[in-house]
Amino acid sequence: MDPNTLKFATSHEWVHLDDGTATVGISDFAVRELTDLVYIELPEVGRTVSIGDSFGEVESVKAVSDLYAPVAGEIVEVNEALRNDLSPLSDDAFGAGWIAKIKTDNSSETSELMDYNAYQKFCESEKG
Amino acid sequence: MLHTPLHDWHAAHGGRMVDFAGWHMPVQYTSITEEHGAVRNDVGVFDISHMGRLRFDGEDACRFLDRLLTNHVEAVKPGRIRYSLVCNQDGGILDDVLIYRLADEYLLVVNASNREKLLAWIKDHETGFDVTRRDTTADTCMIAVQGPRAVEILAPLVSVDLTAMKYYNSVESGIEGEAALISRTGYTGEDGFEIIVDASQGSPLWQKLVDAGARPCGLGCRDTLRLEAAMPLYGHELDESIDPLTAGLAFGVKLDAADFIGRDALLAVRDNPTGRERVGLMLAGKRIAREGAELVSKSGEPVGTVTSGTFSPTLGKSIAMAYIHTSHARPGTEIEVDIRGKREPATLVPLPFYKRESPPS
Repeated sequence: MDPNTLKFATSHEWVHLDDGTATVGISDFAVRELTDLVYIELPEVGRTVSIGDSFGEVESVKAVSDLYAPVAGEIVEVNEALRNDLSPLSDDAFGAGWIAKIKTDNSSETSELMDYNAYQKFCESEKG
Repeated sequence: MLHTPLHDWHAAHGGRMVDFAGWHMPVQYTSITEEHGAVRNDVGVFDISHMGRLRFDGEDACRFLDRLLTNHVEAVKPGRIRYSLVCNQDGGILDDVLIYRLADEYLLVVNASNREKLLAWIKDHETGFDVTRRDTTADTCMIAVQGPRAVEILAPLVSVDLTAMKYYNSVESGIEGEAALISRTGYTGEDGFEIIVDASQGSPLWQKLVDAGARPCGLGCRDTLRLEAAMPLYGHELDESIDPLTAGLAFGVKLDAADFIGRDALLAVRDNPTGRERVGLMLAGKRIAREGAELVSKSGEPVGTVTSGTFSPTLGKSIAMAYIHTSHARPGTEIEVDIRGKREPATLVPLPFYKRESPPS
C-alpha cells in the first residue's frame, strides 16, 4: 500500500480506511526501531475496541510494545500468517504486514491521526 | 555522559547509542540477531572501554586484594586471571570482577555500573595497607574480539603466538609497536580475546580489526550472548541481596584461603544454604520472560523470579535465568512464568544454554 494513502497514530500504527473497514498495521519506522522481532500477539476476532485500547503486542529481543487501536470498532479479521512468520512486518510493513481489520463504528474518529508527511516529521522528532 | 575513545566511530557507523551506566554506548549497529550470529559463527568486536580498569601495586597489593576479593589472589601466578566477587560484610555481592596478575602489579576489571561504588569501597578499606591504586579507565581503551575466527583476525597484528595462549591467561605484548595487554577472556561463550591499549591507540586498533573482517557488535548482542552462555550480569543475577554461593559462583570463592570481607557470612551460607538457586528456563512459546517475571509451580505457588530473559538467536527459543526455591530447581521440572498476567509454560534446563564445541585448552 502507498503510505501516502494511510493515516498514522503517534503510537506508530497505520490505518487504511476503505468503506467502513480499517486495515491496521505498524509502520516501517516502528519495525526498524524494534528490530529483531520475535513474537506478535494478535487481537481476538469479534472483540470490540475503542481508540487507544491495547489490542495486542509485538515483542522484540529488546522490548515488548503494546499495539493500540487507532480506530474504534469490531475486529473482523487478523493476519494469521504472522503467527508463524514475522518477516512481512519488516519486509512489507504497509502491505503483507497488516495486522488486523476493524469494522469501524459510526463514532470512529480519525482526525487525531497524521498523514504520512506529518508522521515522517513526527518520527524525525522522536529520533531526537 | 561519558564517551569511550571509540564513541565517534560508533556514532558515525550507525551505532544506535544508548545510556549504559553513564556511558554513551552502541546497543547495536544493524540487528542484535545478526551481530549475535557473527560472534557465534565468525568474529565480532566490542567496545568494552566502559568497563572499569583499576591497577594496584605496592608492598601490600596482594594482601589487600585478598582482603577485598573472594578468590585467592596470592595463588594467582603472573600472567593468570581469575574471576572473583567483591562482597560486603553480609556476603552480598558488590561486584563481579576479573583480577589479572601482571608481571609487577595487579589489574582489576570491574563493571562500569559499579566502578564509582567500588572505588569508594576500596578507599574505605585500604587504610593500613601499603598499596597504590590507579584508575586507568579513562586513559585506556578496551576491545573484545570474540568468535571462532578471533585468533585468525588478531594473530597478524600481534607478536605473540595466540594459539599457544591458554584461556584466562594474559600477556603484555605489542600491537605494531604500541603496548597492549591481551587476555584470552570474554563474555560471550566463544573463544576470544580482550585487549587493553592506550586510549590514543583504540581507534587505529578497532579499525584494523574491522578492516580484517570483524563485525562491530553492540551491547545488545553482548547481552544475548552472555545469557546463552549463562554468565551472570550485575544488576540482574547479582546484587547486594544475593551471595555468590546462592548465585552458583562458588568457583570464584575460596573460603579456606584468605580472610576476605564477607567470608564469615559466606561460611554461614555454606552451612545453611539460602534455599534458592540460579537456574535456566526454556519457554514453550516465543514470548520473552523478562526480569521480574514470577515463576509459579504446577500447584500454583510462587517459587521464584526471572532475572534475565531473551529470545536465544542460536537456539530459536525463549530462554531465561531465574532464582527458584531449591525444591523446584531440578532440571526437567515444569513450571509456569507469569508474563504480564498470562501464564506461559516453561521447563527448567541445565546451564549453560549454549556451550561451544571445542573450547581452547
